Amino acid sequence: MSILCVDRLGVSFGQTPIFQDVSFELNEGDWLMMIGPNGSGKSTLVRAISGAVPYSGSISYLDGDIRRLRPGELARNIGILAQNHYVGYAFTVREVVRLGRYAYTRERGGDPEGEARIRRALELTGMDGLADKSVLHLSGGELQRVFLAQLFAQDPRVLILDEPTNHLDLIYQKQVFELVSEWRREPGRAVISVVHDLSLARAYGTQALLLYEKRALAQGSMDRVFDPKFLNTAYGMDVAAWMQTMLSQWV
Amino acid sequence: MEEKRQRESYGLWTWIGLAVLTLAAMLIAVCVGSVSIPVGECLRVFRDALTGTEASDPGTASILLAVRLPRVLCVALSGAALSVCGAAMQGLLKNPLADGSTLGISSGASLGAALAIAFGFQLPQLPFSGSMILAALFAFGSLILILSLSYMLDSSFSTNTIILMGIVYSMFVSSILSLVVTFAPDKLKQITFWTMGSLEGSSYQNALVLFVMLAVCGTVLIRLAEELNAFAIGEENAMNVGVNVKRVRLVILVTVSLLIGTCVSIGGTIGFVGLVTPHIIRLLTGPNHRRLLPASMFGGAAFLTLADLAARTIARPLELPIGVVTSFVGAILFVLIYYKVGRTAR
Repeated sequence: MSILCVDRLGVSFGQTPIFQDVSFELNEGDWLMMIGPNGSGKSTLVRAISGAVPYSGSISYLDGDIRRLRPGELARNIGILAQNHYVGYAFTVREVVRLGRYAYTRERGGDPEGEARIRRALELTGMDGLADKSVLHLSGGELQRVFLAQLFAQDPRVLILDEPTNHLDLIYQKQVFELVSEWRREPGRAVISVVHDLSLARAYGTQALLLYEKRALAQGSMDRVFDPKFLNTAYGMDVAAWMQTMLSQWV
Repeated sequence: MEEKRQRESYGLWTWIGLAVLTLAAMLIAVCVGSVSIPVGECLRVFRDALTGTEASDPGTASILLAVRLPRVLCVALSGAALSVCGAAMQGLLKNPLADGSTLGISSGASLGAALAIAFGFQLPQLPFSGSMILAALFAFGSLILILSLSYMLDSSFSTNTIILMGIVYSMFVSSILSLVVTFAPDKLKQITFWTMGSLEGSSYQNALVLFVMLAVCGTVLIRLAEELNAFAIGEENAMNVGVNVKRVRLVILVTVSLLIGTCVSIGGTIGFVGLVTPHIIRLLTGPNHRRLLPASMFGGAAFLTLADLAARTIARPLELPIGVVTSFVGAILFVLIYYKVGRTAR
């Protein structure tokens, strides 16, 4: 069943088009990898789905226009990890993660499983030891994990991750991708992520969308999108050869 | 886990402690002045007044009940209101330099008051009513103007646009204010006094208006504590976790401007207390608005009460504008506390 359906999506800032005419469908269990060179509009596409930027075209969630969802409903269904995090005040890790339950605490009957979800999210991201520390004292990677924990606490059905492994140590890169990969196998779930590391994208994605020069240059199965003729055009180099050279360093 | 949950907001005893400290500051302020009255006598006068007993010393009773008490009440309530507004604005705009004046509301209100003074606008039989009414109207008008201009320029209604419009508007207003002063030089002293703030001659009616506004607006803000936490962490993050960003922001801005407008209309623009108190309190409570907002109310009340006490006693018989004291003491206190606590707690 199609969970998210994006139809002829376009975003412009003033007169400048960022991307246009992007369509795709996200089905249960999918992990869609959004790839493309810098400035191709990947993050903007993600922000359009979150409602942070105005767009043309339509985005529907479970057959209804996504704009019809109330903010709380949207948050319970679609969770977004932004690319950059900056917190100006000394909130504790737990306080930031707890905010992930915001949409639930507004519900009738409160949020009985909230504390358990928060604890679980802190454990999953390895932040339980730092739960009462101020976020101002954290490194970039730790901060990234805090917001990831917030997202897991939020427990949505669709995860949208903009560079989820930004700043992360290798071990956490691996953990995050394993975690999300496990997470999406439960019924009714799907993931979209913007990923720079093409090897990671290829290893974990079930389908991909390659943005280049404001359009979708290729989309569909991993094999199709990762065809050298598309990749090499988009990135302006022989991608496969470079990857192999890099890998050969380890032999 | 239960204990972790409770730590979000303070327990009963902390509130009682804060209230006792604030009341103590107010009691001192009531007792000390051109005529100092011992605390015991002071309490006796209050007891007599409450029980309806004839006062044993009518002179003292009249100083306390007719002059000092209404003033101290107004000062404490203004301090509480300005601080809670400052705390809310700093959270909402995720900007530690924000306070009620960031939005241009207090400048707008003082322009209203200045115009009333310059053109002698007032209602018959009610001295000062003209400046109060115009101040409140201008406060609200300024908010509408700033918000609609921001919305026209930027339909996503972003915080940066609102701050920018507020600053531009403040500059614009202060140029008009200078113009008014130029054309009405004989009113300069009165206008200056207004822009520096003073709660001299406050009445019980003023205190009642302030109390009602603080109770209503303060409740609205404290109920939005979790949303303010979300804004303080980041506007886009707030949206992602399900906060109705546009609506909540509008509610907070309107609430703050109503409260600021009321304060300015009664006591003029009292600078710094809305900026500095939330900072000091935040160093003690942390940034969680569940604790920060109520604690700022008490802290602001105590701070402004003591500042007002200083304003009327330091250069006796001359009375200083309260804004001079808040800015002077506040700046020094702020640096000291920030230096001492900030190094460890930040």
